Amino acid sequence: MAVLIECKNVCAGYEGTPVLNNLSFEVDEGDYLCIVGENGSGKSTLMKTLLGLKALQKGEIIFSGGLLQTQIGYLPQQSEAQKDFPASVTEVVISGCLGKKGFLPFYTKADRELCRRNMELLGIATLARRSYRELSGGQQQRVLLARALCATGKLLLLDEPVSGLDPVVTAEMYEIIARLNRENKVTVIMISHDLQGALKYGSKILHLESGAYFFGSTEEYRCTDIFHTMSTCDCRCDCKTHGGSKEMD
Amino acid sequence: MFDIFTSDFLLRALIVGLLVSLCASLLGVSLVLKRYSMIGDGLSHVGFGALAVASAMNVAPLYVAIPVVTVAAFILLKISSSSKIKGDAAIALLSVSALAIGAIIISQTGGNTDMNSYMFGSILAVTSEDLVLSVTCSVVVLALFVLFYNKIFAVTFDESFSKSTGVKAGRYNTVLALLTALTVVVGMRIMGALLISGLIIFPALTSMRIFKSFKGVTICSAVISCINFIVGMEISYHLDFPAGASVVVANLIMLASFSVAGLCVSKLSKL
Repeated sequence: MAVLIECKNVCAGYEGTPVLNNLSFEVDEGDYLCIVGENGSGKSTLMKTLLGLKALQKGEIIFSGGLLQTQIGYLPQQSEAQKDFPASVTEVVISGCLGKKGFLPFYTKADRELCRRNMELLGIATLARRSYRELSGGQQQRVLLARALCATGKLLLLDEPVSGLDPVVTAEMYEIIARLNRENKVTVIMISHDLQGALKYGSKILHLESGAYFFGSTEEYRCTDIFHTMSTCDCRCDCKTHGGSKEMD
Repeated sequence: MFDIFTSDFLLRALIVGLLVSLCASLLGVSLVLKRYSMIGDGLSHVGFGALAVASAMNVAPLYVAIPVVTVAAFILLKISSSSKIKGDAAIALLSVSALAIGAIIISQTGGNTDMNSYMFGSILAVTSEDLVLSVTCSVVVLALFVLFYNKIFAVTFDESFSKSTGVKAGRYNTVLALLTALTVVVGMRIMGALLISGLIIFPALTSMRIFKSFKGVTICSAVISCINFIVGMEISYHLDFPAGASVVVANLIMLASFSVAGLCVSKLSKL
């Protein structure tokens, strides 16, 4: 399988304090890579570095297979300002086409067509004229996902796509992403706090921890020590067991 | 009605005012959404200082004010994006400093009439030289806005996404600040340093009460801004109110009626 992104001995971080140290991994075409780890482990730093929003301190990131850095379809976390932003769904989705246009100021017919296709793909074609700020959280995520698809056909980089969504919508979102990965051959890199989701859908796991990291397939990950500490921690925080133990008292 | 078109200076003021209203309302949509509203206010105070200096030096006011305010726009944008000094505090610092310096200069060279006209505007202030410069500036602002409209939308809506697709977000923020600087300086003579930011903030907020797409808000802002300016001028002419203040009050009334209309619309749609 063709390699899309190769990271070699990447060091990055904030002035003086590197968050990522000698990180090496690669993303192949068709992968579904989940990046997990605790807060401050460097997930966001890695994402910004991949997108070119943050400079590398050492090492290199090689894009191949016809992929340019600006062709990563990025799904950022929503900002406060967007909550009351007057914009129609179409306006948001089509803005994903802008990156390719360089100095050309206006959208072409092809851009509009691409925008329409991606909205259909994500089942939001009926929302085209609705206002973005009036949609539910799950619908808004789909709109942003459609915008990301307008910027790329190859690789999506998702920053906690299910945070703040209820369980039903979370499952829907995961299914949509899995479908894009399976049927539309879109490579997916997902940053997630949700380890269960990552294990269920991811084909590869990159686990970041301050100073160390694990990179490999999901099966390999299940056998590691890091996984066991993470998952026992998960169990302890599980609401059901909490509730259960209270009843026992 | 419309007998105000008969005199030369009123006609000049009307042309400049309409063009400025148009530019300010277009830029205002982005500025308000980016939480940059105070930049317009800060720039107008810097403009006040620059005008005072210009009149003390006896040079055409706009030739001093335009470069000074442009530089101030760069500085404000830089400070706003660095986290060391908070943006709003920095703007407040810059505007009061410029105001203070301007006030001292005017007190030494001019009189209270000058002070009043700089602070609250005067339709008598527009000379035919100003008219040419104003029209040129407005055409530049309008052309750049139309040309960069899609990118301004993208950068306003989501800066980090735009950057990731290769749009130079910083460049468009700079363009926005420069255009705002131009508009503020040109409009300041009529509206006054203290009132010009009303032209930037009101139309955008008014349109957002009812319109829900960026395009809708932008077009509506442009239209109501021009209407408000004409209404304000009429009020000022017939009731002998100060022009800038009348325009701002016209904007305020429009905002109130749009808010009520917006409430009604959302109530009706829930039925």
